[in-house]
Amino acid sequence: MAKKGELGQVWDYVVNTQVWRSIMRHGYPNSPRNRSLAVLANLVLHLHPIRLRKSGLRVRYTWCMGGITFFLFLELTITGLLLMFYYRPTAEYAYVDIEYLRADVPLGVMRELHRWGAHAMVISVWLHMMRVFMTGAYKPPREFNWGVGVILLVLTLLLSFTGYLLPWDQLAMWAVTVGTNMARATPVMGHEGPGAAFIVLPTEGGSISVIHQASDVRFGLLGGRFVGAPTILRFYVLHCVGFPLVVAFLIALHFWRVRKDGGISGPL
Amino acid sequence: MADPKADKLPPSRGAVPVNYQIVAEYPPKQITRRSFMMSWAGVAWGTFAAANGVGGLACLRFMLPNVLFEPPQVFKAGKLEDYEWDKPDERFKQTQKAVMVKLRGDWNKKPAMVALDITCTHLGCTPNILFSESKIKCPCHGSGFRFNGINFEGPAPRPLERYKVYIDPVDGQIVVDKTKKFHYETGDWNSPDCTVDLSTA
Repeated sequence: MAKKGELGQVWDYVVNTQVWRSIMRHGYPNSPRNRSLAVLANLVLHLHPIRLRKSGLRVRYTWCMGGITFFLFLELTITGLLLMFYYRPTAEYAYVDIEYLRADVPLGVMRELHRWGAHAMVISVWLHMMRVFMTGAYKPPREFNWGVGVILLVLTLLLSFTGYLLPWDQLAMWAVTVGTNMARATPVMGHEGPGAAFIVLPTEGGSISVIHQASDVRFGLLGGRFVGAPTILRFYVLHCVGFPLVVAFLIALHFWRVRKDGGISGPL
Repeated sequence: MADPKADKLPPSRGAVPVNYQIVAEYPPKQITRRSFMMSWAGVAWGTFAAANGVGGLACLRFMLPNVLFEPPQVFKAGKLEDYEWDKPDERFKQTQKAVMVKLRGDWNKKPAMVALDITCTHLGCTPNILFSESKIKCPCHGSGFRFNGINFEGPAPRPLERYKVYIDPVDGQIVVDKTKKFHYETGDWNSPDCTVDLSTA
Protein backbone atom coordinates (compact mmCIF):
# COMPACT_ATOMS: atom_id res chain seq x y z
CA MET A 1 0.00 0.00 0.00
CA ALA A 2 1.37 3.33 -1.04
CA LYS A 3 2.44 5.78 1.64
CA LYS A 4 -0.21 8.42 2.22
CA GLY A 5 0.52 12.03 1.46
CA GLU A 6 -0.23 14.88 3.81
CA LEU A 7 -3.64 15.39 2.21
CA GLY A 8 -4.47 11.77 2.82
CA GLN A 9 -3.50 12.09 6.47
CA VAL A 10 -5.71 15.16 6.89
CA TRP A 11 -8.57 13.28 5.25
CA ASP A 12 -8.06 10.34 7.56
CA TYR A 13 -8.17 12.69 10.53
CA VAL A 14 -11.36 14.34 9.30
CA VAL A 15 -13.25 11.12 8.70
CA ASN A 16 -12.31 9.90 12.17
CA THR A 17 -13.55 12.98 14.04
CA GLN A 18 -16.62 12.61 16.21
CA VAL A 19 -18.53 15.12 14.07
CA TRP A 20 -17.93 13.18 10.84
CA ARG A 21 -18.66 9.82 12.38
CA SER A 22 -21.87 11.08 13.96
CA ILE A 23 -23.10 12.20 10.51
CA MET A 24 -21.79 9.31 8.41
CA ARG A 25 -22.67 6.12 10.22
CA HIS A 26 -20.84 3.78 7.90
CA GLY A 27 -17.58 3.49 5.96
CA TYR A 28 -16.92 4.11 2.28
CA PRO A 29 -19.50 2.45 0.05
CA ASN A 30 -16.86 0.12 -1.36
CA SER A 31 -18.35 -3.13 -0.11
CA PRO A 32 -21.83 -4.59 -0.66
CA ARG A 33 -22.60 -4.08 3.03
CA ASN A 34 -21.56 -0.42 3.09
CA ARG A 35 -23.35 0.25 -0.19
CA SER A 36 -26.53 -1.06 1.39
CA LEU A 37 -25.92 1.00 4.52
CA ALA A 38 -25.39 4.15 2.43
CA VAL A 39 -29.00 3.85 1.30
CA LEU A 40 -30.49 2.45 4.49
CA ALA A 41 -28.96 5.02 6.82
CA ASN A 42 -30.08 8.04 4.77
CA LEU A 43 -33.47 9.61 5.40
CA VAL A 44 -33.97 10.61 1.77
CA LEU A 45 -32.28 7.68 0.02
CA HIS A 46 -34.05 5.01 2.02
CA LEU A 47 -37.18 5.67 -0.04
CA HIS A 48 -35.17 4.23 -2.90
CA PRO A 49 -34.35 0.54 -3.24
CA ILE A 50 -30.86 -0.62 -2.28
CA ARG A 51 -30.48 -2.48 -5.53
CA LEU A 52 -32.14 -1.94 -8.89
CA ARG A 53 -32.81 -4.36 -11.67
CA LYS A 54 -30.75 -3.66 -14.74
CA SER A 55 -34.03 -3.39 -16.65
CA GLY A 56 -35.06 -0.55 -14.32
CA LEU A 57 -32.43 1.65 -15.89
CA ARG A 58 -33.77 1.19 -19.42
CA VAL A 59 -35.03 4.65 -20.37
CA ARG A 60 -36.90 3.25 -23.35
CA TYR A 61 -39.01 1.24 -20.91
CA THR A 62 -39.66 3.80 -18.15
CA TRP A 63 -39.18 7.04 -20.16
CA CYS A 64 -37.88 8.30 -16.78
CA MET A 65 -41.20 10.13 -16.60
CA GLY A 66 -41.65 9.67 -12.84
CA GLY A 67 -38.14 10.96 -12.28
CA ILE A 68 -38.69 13.91 -14.58
CA THR A 69 -41.94 14.72 -12.77
CA PHE A 70 -40.12 14.64 -9.44
CA PHE A 71 -37.33 16.83 -10.83
CA LEU A 72 -39.93 19.33 -12.06
CA PHE A 73 -41.62 19.28 -8.63
CA LEU A 74 -38.28 20.22 -7.04
CA GLU A 75 -37.70 22.90 -9.68
CA LEU A 76 -41.17 24.36 -9.08
CA THR A 77 -40.62 24.31 -5.31
CA ILE A 78 -37.38 26.27 -5.61
CA THR A 79 -38.55 28.81 -8.21
CA GLY A 80 -41.87 29.15 -6.39
CA LEU A 81 -40.13 29.85 -3.11
CA LEU A 82 -38.02 32.54 -4.81
CA LEU A 83 -41.10 34.14 -6.39
CA MET A 84 -42.74 34.34 -2.96
CA PHE A 85 -40.10 36.86 -1.88
CA TYR A 86 -41.52 39.43 -4.31
CA TYR A 87 -45.13 38.47 -4.89
CA ARG A 88 -47.91 39.82 -2.65
CA PRO A 89 -51.16 37.83 -2.88
CA THR A 90 -53.65 40.70 -2.72
CA ALA A 91 -56.01 42.09 -5.31
CA GLU A 92 -54.21 45.40 -4.97
CA TYR A 93 -50.62 44.27 -5.60
CA ALA A 94 -50.70 40.87 -7.30
CA TYR A 95 -50.71 42.06 -10.90
CA VAL A 96 -48.14 44.82 -10.44
CA ASP A 97 -45.86 42.37 -8.63
CA ILE A 98 -46.07 40.01 -11.60
CA GLU A 99 -45.12 42.90 -13.88
CA TYR A 100 -42.34 43.81 -11.47
CA LEU A 101 -41.04 40.23 -11.45
CA ARG A 102 -41.00 40.21 -15.22
CA ALA A 103 -39.54 43.63 -15.88
CA ASP A 104 -37.42 44.82 -12.96
CA VAL A 105 -36.46 41.95 -10.67
CA PRO A 106 -33.09 40.34 -11.55
CA LEU A 107 -33.61 37.17 -13.59
CA GLY A 108 -37.05 38.04 -14.95
CA VAL A 109 -37.09 34.54 -16.39
CA MET A 110 -37.76 33.14 -12.90
CA ARG A 111 -41.52 33.41 -13.28
CA GLU A 112 -41.33 31.89 -16.74
CA LEU A 113 -39.33 28.98 -15.36
CA HIS A 114 -42.09 28.42 -12.82
CA ARG A 115 -44.77 28.63 -15.48
CA TRP A 116 -43.02 26.43 -18.03
CA GLY A 117 -42.12 23.95 -15.30
CA ALA A 118 -45.77 23.77 -14.29
CA HIS A 119 -46.88 23.05 -17.85
CA ALA A 120 -44.11 20.47 -18.23
CA MET A 121 -45.05 18.77 -14.96
CA VAL A 122 -48.68 18.36 -16.00
CA ILE A 123 -47.51 16.82 -19.30
CA SER A 124 -44.93 14.54 -17.66
CA VAL A 125 -47.45 13.33 -15.06
CA TRP A 126 -49.82 12.28 -17.83
CA LEU A 127 -47.02 10.59 -19.76
CA HIS A 128 -45.88 8.80 -16.60
CA MET A 129 -49.42 7.58 -16.07
CA MET A 130 -49.61 6.45 -19.69
CA ARG A 131 -46.34 4.53 -19.40
CA VAL A 132 -47.51 2.80 -16.22
CA PHE A 133 -50.75 1.87 -17.92
CA MET A 134 -49.12 0.64 -21.13
CA THR A 135 -46.63 -1.56 -19.29
CA GLY A 136 -49.29 -2.94 -16.97
CA ALA A 137 -47.44 -1.64 -13.92
CA TYR A 138 -50.72 -0.81 -12.16
CA LYS A 139 -51.57 -4.48 -11.63
CA PRO A 140 -51.46 -6.18 -8.22
CA PRO A 141 -49.60 -5.80 -5.95
CA ARG A 142 -49.04 -2.27 -7.28
CA GLU A 143 -52.70 -1.22 -7.42
CA PHE A 144 -52.47 0.82 -4.21
CA ASN A 145 -49.64 2.85 -5.69
CA TRP A 146 -51.71 3.45 -8.81
CA GLY A 147 -54.36 4.95 -6.50
CA VAL A 148 -51.77 7.18 -4.84
CA GLY A 149 -50.65 8.21 -8.32
CA VAL A 150 -54.18 9.18 -9.33
CA ILE A 151 -54.46 11.39 -6.24
CA LEU A 152 -51.09 12.94 -7.12
CA LEU A 153 -52.35 13.61 -10.66
CA VAL A 154 -55.41 15.41 -9.30
CA LEU A 155 -53.25 17.41 -6.88
CA THR A 156 -50.91 18.38 -9.75
CA LEU A 157 -53.89 19.68 -11.69
CA LEU A 158 -55.16 21.54 -8.60
CA LEU A 159 -51.72 23.10 -8.08
CA SER A 160 -51.78 24.19 -11.70
CA PHE A 161 -55.29 25.57 -11.37
CA THR A 162 -54.67 27.51 -8.15
CA GLY A 163 -51.47 28.96 -9.62
CA TYR A 164 -53.42 30.06 -12.67
CA LEU A 165 -55.27 32.72 -10.65
CA LEU A 166 -52.21 34.31 -9.07
CA PRO A 167 -51.15 36.61 -11.97
CA TRP A 168 -54.54 38.29 -11.41
CA ASP A 169 -55.03 39.32 -15.02
CA GLN A 170 -58.13 38.92 -17.17
CA LEU A 171 -57.14 35.42 -18.28
CA ALA A 172 -56.62 34.30 -14.66
CA MET A 173 -59.84 35.93 -13.49
CA TRP A 174 -62.11 34.39 -16.10
CA ALA A 175 -60.42 31.01 -16.24
CA VAL A 176 -60.94 30.60 -12.50
CA THR A 177 -64.47 32.03 -12.69
CA VAL A 178 -65.35 29.43 -15.29
CA GLY A 179 -63.49 26.66 -13.45
CA THR A 180 -65.05 27.31 -10.06
CA ASN A 181 -68.53 27.55 -11.57
CA MET A 182 -68.35 23.77 -11.78
CA ALA A 183 -68.42 23.69 -7.98
CA ARG A 184 -71.98 25.07 -8.12
CA ALA A 185 -73.11 21.68 -9.38
CA THR A 186 -71.49 19.68 -6.56
CA PRO A 187 -74.04 17.15 -5.28
CA VAL A 188 -75.73 18.38 -2.08
CA MET A 189 -72.92 20.82 -1.21
CA GLY A 190 -73.29 23.08 -4.27
CA HIS A 191 -76.31 25.38 -4.49
CA GLU A 192 -77.15 24.32 -8.05
CA GLY A 193 -76.22 20.68 -7.54
CA PRO A 194 -78.56 17.70 -7.15
CA GLY A 195 -79.99 17.35 -3.67
CA ALA A 196 -79.22 20.87 -2.48
CA ALA A 197 -82.80 22.01 -3.09
CA PHE A 198 -84.08 19.49 -0.54
CA ILE A 199 -82.02 20.88 2.35
CA VAL A 200 -84.37 23.58 3.64
CA LEU A 201 -85.48 25.03 6.94
CA PRO A 202 -89.27 25.19 7.18
CA THR A 203 -90.62 28.54 8.38
CA GLU A 204 -94.01 30.14 8.67
CA GLY A 205 -93.74 32.05 5.41
CA GLY A 206 -92.35 29.18 3.36
CA SER A 207 -88.96 27.56 3.50
CA ILE A 208 -85.40 28.88 3.58
CA SER A 209 -82.75 27.03 1.63
CA VAL A 210 -79.69 26.09 3.69
CA ILE A 211 -77.39 25.58 0.71
CA HIS A 212 -77.44 28.84 -1.21
CA GLN A 213 -74.98 31.00 -3.12
CA ALA A 214 -73.43 32.34 0.08
CA SER A 215 -73.11 29.07 1.99
CA ASP A 216 -72.19 26.33 -0.47
CA VAL A 217 -68.88 24.64 -1.22
CA ARG A 218 -68.00 27.14 -3.95
CA PHE A 219 -68.50 29.96 -1.48
CA GLY A 220 -66.06 28.28 0.88
CA LEU A 221 -63.55 27.91 -1.94
CA LEU A 222 -63.83 31.50 -3.17
CA GLY A 223 -64.45 33.23 0.15
CA GLY A 224 -67.24 35.16 -1.55
CA ARG A 225 -70.01 34.95 -4.12
CA PHE A 226 -67.60 35.60 -6.98
CA VAL A 227 -63.86 35.52 -7.66
CA GLY A 228 -62.57 38.50 -5.67
CA ALA A 229 -60.01 39.71 -3.18
CA PRO A 230 -60.55 36.84 -0.68
CA THR A 231 -60.20 34.29 -3.48
CA ILE A 232 -56.66 35.21 -4.48
CA LEU A 233 -55.49 34.84 -0.87
CA ARG A 234 -57.18 31.45 -0.50
CA PHE A 235 -55.75 30.17 -3.76
CA TYR A 236 -52.31 31.47 -2.78
CA VAL A 237 -52.35 29.62 0.54
CA LEU A 238 -53.55 26.43 -1.14
CA HIS A 239 -51.01 26.81 -3.94
CA CYS A 240 -47.98 27.59 -1.78
CA VAL A 241 -48.65 25.66 1.43
CA GLY A 242 -51.66 23.35 1.42
CA PHE A 243 -51.25 21.32 -1.75
CA PRO A 244 -47.41 21.17 -1.77
CA LEU A 245 -47.38 19.67 1.74
CA VAL A 246 -49.84 16.97 0.76
CA VAL A 247 -48.02 16.34 -2.52
CA ALA A 248 -44.63 16.04 -0.78
CA PHE A 249 -46.03 13.48 1.65
CA LEU A 250 -47.71 11.48 -1.10
CA ILE A 251 -44.58 11.54 -3.29
CA ALA A 252 -42.63 10.02 -0.39
CA LEU A 253 -45.34 7.38 0.04
CA HIS A 254 -45.38 6.76 -3.72
CA PHE A 255 -41.60 6.14 -3.91
CA TRP A 256 -41.61 3.98 -0.83
CA ARG A 257 -44.42 1.83 -2.21
CA VAL A 258 -42.53 1.39 -5.49
CA ARG A 259 -39.82 -0.29 -3.44
CA LYS A 260 -42.20 -2.25 -1.24
CA ASP A 261 -44.30 -3.49 -4.16
CA GLY A 262 -41.40 -5.18 -5.87
CA GLY A 263 -39.30 -2.43 -7.41
CA ILE A 264 -39.46 -0.53 -10.65
CA SER A 265 -40.26 -1.92 -14.09
CA GLY A 266 -39.85 -5.63 -13.82
CA PRO A 267 -41.79 -8.85 -13.55
CA LEU A 268 -42.84 -9.79 -10.05
CA MET B 1 -42.35 -22.99 44.59
CA ALA B 2 -43.20 -20.74 47.50
CA ASP B 3 -44.48 -17.78 45.50
CA PRO B 4 -46.92 -15.81 47.68
CA LYS B 5 -48.81 -14.59 44.56
CA ALA B 6 -49.11 -18.03 43.07
CA ASP B 7 -52.78 -18.48 43.94
CA LYS B 8 -53.74 -15.13 42.31
CA LEU B 9 -51.98 -15.78 38.97
CA PRO B 10 -53.78 -17.56 36.12
CA PRO B 11 -52.84 -21.19 35.71
CA SER B 12 -49.88 -22.02 33.55
CA ARG B 13 -50.59 -21.87 29.81
CA GLY B 14 -48.59 -24.95 29.27
CA ALA B 15 -51.21 -27.25 30.69
CA VAL B 16 -54.62 -26.04 29.51
CA PRO B 17 -55.85 -24.81 26.11
CA VAL B 18 -55.66 -21.05 25.77
CA ASN B 19 -59.36 -20.62 24.95
CA TYR B 20 -60.39 -22.56 27.97
CA GLN B 21 -58.32 -20.24 30.11
CA ILE B 22 -60.03 -17.11 28.77
CA VAL B 23 -63.49 -18.51 29.33
CA ALA B 24 -62.51 -19.46 32.82
CA GLU B 25 -61.23 -15.98 33.71
CA TYR B 26 -63.93 -13.75 32.25
CA PRO B 27 -66.08 -12.09 33.31
CA PRO B 28 -63.98 -11.06 36.25
CA LYS B 29 -65.72 -11.46 39.55
CA GLN B 30 -64.37 -8.25 41.00
CA ILE B 31 -63.44 -4.88 39.54
CA THR B 32 -59.76 -4.92 38.75
CA ARG B 33 -57.71 -1.92 37.68
CA ARG B 34 -57.75 -3.20 34.11
CA SER B 35 -61.46 -3.94 33.92
CA PHE B 36 -62.27 -0.53 35.39
CA MET B 37 -60.12 1.24 32.80
CA MET B 38 -61.52 -0.83 29.95
CA SER B 39 -65.10 -0.14 31.01
CA TRP B 40 -64.47 3.57 30.41
CA ALA B 41 -62.46 3.14 27.19
CA GLY B 42 -65.54 3.34 24.96
CA VAL B 43 -66.65 6.57 26.61
CA ALA B 44 -63.14 8.00 26.33
CA TRP B 45 -62.70 7.14 22.66
CA GLY B 46 -66.24 8.29 21.90
CA THR B 47 -65.56 11.65 23.54
CA PHE B 48 -62.29 11.95 21.67
CA ALA B 49 -63.95 11.18 18.33
CA ALA B 50 -66.81 13.60 19.04
CA ALA B 51 -64.38 16.38 19.99
CA ASN B 52 -62.45 15.80 16.78
CA GLY B 53 -65.66 15.81 14.77
CA VAL B 54 -66.78 19.10 16.29
CA GLY B 55 -63.31 20.55 15.69
CA GLY B 56 -63.40 19.42 12.07
CA LEU B 57 -66.83 20.95 11.51
CA ALA B 58 -65.66 24.17 13.19
CA CYS B 59 -62.71 24.28 10.77
CA LEU B 60 -65.09 23.90 7.82
CA ARG B 61 -67.29 26.68 9.21
CA PHE B 62 -64.16 28.83 9.58
CA MET B 63 -63.82 28.81 5.80
CA LEU B 64 -67.23 30.48 5.32
CA PRO B 65 -66.88 34.19 6.18
CA ASN B 66 -69.71 36.04 7.93
CA VAL B 67 -68.99 39.49 6.50
CA LEU B 68 -68.52 39.99 2.77
CA PHE B 69 -66.85 43.01 1.25
CA GLU B 70 -69.16 42.82 -1.73
CA PRO B 71 -71.97 45.10 -2.90
CA PRO B 72 -75.30 44.47 -1.12
CA GLN B 73 -77.60 41.92 -2.76
CA VAL B 74 -80.56 44.33 -2.84
CA PHE B 75 -80.11 47.72 -4.45
CA LYS B 76 -82.19 50.61 -5.82
CA ALA B 77 -81.87 51.27 -9.52
CA GLY B 78 -83.55 54.66 -9.94
CA LYS B 79 -86.92 55.34 -11.51
CA LEU B 80 -88.57 53.97 -14.63
CA GLU B 81 -88.22 57.36 -16.36
CA ASP B 82 -84.44 57.13 -15.99
CA TYR B 83 -84.29 54.40 -18.62
CA GLU B 84 -84.69 54.53 -22.39
CA TRP B 85 -86.90 52.05 -24.20
CA ASP B 86 -85.13 48.96 -25.63
CA LYS B 87 -81.69 50.19 -24.65
CA PRO B 88 -79.92 47.99 -22.09
CA ASP B 89 -78.45 50.12 -19.34
CA GLU B 90 -74.95 49.31 -18.10
CA ARG B 91 -74.74 51.60 -15.06
CA PHE B 92 -74.99 48.64 -12.64
CA LYS B 93 -73.09 46.17 -14.79
CA GLN B 94 -69.64 46.67 -13.25
CA THR B 95 -70.72 46.90 -9.62
CA GLN B 96 -73.74 44.58 -9.49
CA LYS B 97 -73.49 42.36 -12.59
CA ALA B 98 -77.00 43.59 -13.45
CA VAL B 99 -78.18 45.10 -16.74
CA MET B 100 -81.48 46.95 -16.62
CA VAL B 101 -83.63 46.78 -19.77
CA LYS B 102 -86.93 48.59 -20.39
CA LEU B 103 -88.50 46.46 -23.11
CA ARG B 104 -91.40 47.56 -25.35
CA GLY B 105 -92.10 43.89 -25.89
CA ASP B 106 -90.77 41.24 -23.57
CA TRP B 107 -90.70 37.55 -24.54
CA ASN B 108 -94.49 37.49 -23.92
CA LYS B 109 -95.02 40.69 -26.03
CA LYS B 110 -95.85 42.78 -22.94
CA PRO B 111 -93.87 45.94 -22.12
CA ALA B 112 -91.75 45.33 -19.04
CA MET B 113 -88.77 46.47 -16.97
CA VAL B 114 -86.34 43.65 -16.27
CA ALA B 115 -82.98 43.19 -14.54
CA LEU B 116 -80.76 40.68 -16.35
CA ASP B 117 -78.05 38.78 -14.50
CA ILE B 118 -75.26 39.54 -16.96
CA THR B 119 -73.57 36.16 -16.45
CA CYS B 120 -73.26 33.95 -19.50
CA THR B 121 -75.22 30.73 -19.01
CA HIS B 122 -72.50 28.81 -20.82
CA LEU B 123 -69.54 29.10 -18.43
CA GLY B 124 -70.12 32.26 -16.44
CA CYS B 125 -68.25 35.03 -18.26
CA THR B 126 -69.67 38.55 -18.50
CA PRO B 127 -71.09 39.26 -21.97
CA ASN B 128 -70.79 42.64 -23.71
CA ILE B 129 -73.72 44.64 -25.01
CA LEU B 130 -73.37 45.35 -28.73
CA PHE B 131 -75.84 48.17 -29.38
CA SER B 132 -75.12 48.40 -33.10
CA GLU B 133 -75.95 44.72 -33.57
CA SER B 134 -78.83 44.71 -31.05
CA LYS B 135 -77.48 41.77 -29.14
CA ILE B 136 -75.65 40.73 -25.99
CA LYS B 137 -72.48 38.86 -26.94
CA CYS B 138 -70.15 36.84 -24.73
CA PRO B 139 -66.45 37.34 -25.53
CA CYS B 140 -65.39 33.93 -24.22
CA HIS B 141 -67.10 31.50 -26.59
CA GLY B 142 -69.41 33.68 -28.68
CA SER B 143 -72.81 33.07 -27.11
CA GLY B 144 -75.39 35.63 -28.26
CA PHE B 145 -78.53 36.83 -26.49
CA ARG B 146 -81.36 39.19 -27.44
CA PHE B 147 -81.87 42.26 -25.28
CA ASN B 148 -84.60 40.34 -23.40
CA GLY B 149 -82.05 37.69 -22.45
CA ILE B 150 -83.15 34.92 -24.84
CA ASN B 151 -80.17 33.03 -26.28
CA PHE B 152 -80.03 32.61 -30.07
CA GLU B 153 -76.44 31.72 -31.02
CA GLY B 154 -73.32 30.13 -29.61
CA PRO B 155 -72.93 27.47 -26.93
CA ALA B 156 -75.11 29.02 -24.20
CA PRO B 157 -77.76 26.39 -23.40
CA ARG B 158 -80.44 28.71 -21.96
CA PRO B 159 -81.41 32.38 -21.67
CA LEU B 160 -79.78 34.78 -19.22
CA GLU B 161 -81.25 34.68 -15.73
CA ARG B 162 -83.25 37.59 -14.32
CA TYR B 163 -83.25 39.15 -10.87
CA LYS B 164 -86.35 39.96 -8.90
CA VAL B 165 -87.52 43.53 -9.57
CA TYR B 166 -90.28 45.59 -8.01
CA ILE B 167 -91.23 49.21 -7.41
CA ASP B 168 -90.59 50.57 -3.94
CA PRO B 169 -94.02 51.80 -2.77
CA VAL B 170 -92.47 54.67 -0.81
CA ASP B 171 -90.15 56.45 -3.22
CA GLY B 172 -91.20 54.82 -6.50
CA GLN B 173 -87.73 53.54 -7.32
CA ILE B 174 -86.98 50.23 -8.97
CA VAL B 175 -85.60 47.72 -6.44
CA VAL B 176 -83.46 44.84 -7.69
CA ASP B 177 -83.25 41.82 -5.36
CA LYS B 178 -80.38 39.57 -6.44
CA THR B 179 -81.14 36.87 -3.87
CA LYS B 180 -84.05 35.71 -6.04
CA LYS B 181 -83.35 34.64 -9.61
CA PHE B 182 -85.71 33.56 -12.39
CA HIS B 183 -84.93 30.95 -15.03
CA TYR B 184 -86.74 31.04 -18.38
CA GLU B 185 -86.58 27.30 -18.95
CA THR B 186 -88.40 26.45 -15.73
CA GLY B 187 -91.21 28.90 -16.41
CA ASP B 188 -90.06 31.31 -13.69
CA TRP B 189 -90.40 34.25 -16.07
CA ASN B 190 -94.21 34.05 -15.76
CA SER B 191 -93.84 35.17 -12.14
CA PRO B 192 -94.96 38.77 -11.47
CA ASP B 193 -91.75 39.31 -9.47
CA CYS B 194 -89.64 38.67 -12.57
CA THR B 195 -90.62 41.93 -14.30
CA VAL B 196 -92.17 45.29 -13.57
CA ASP B 197 -95.22 45.08 -15.79
CA LEU B 198 -95.53 48.28 -17.84
CA SER B 199 -98.75 47.37 -19.70
CA THR B 200 -100.76 49.85 -17.69
CA ALA B 201 -98.09 52.56 -17.54
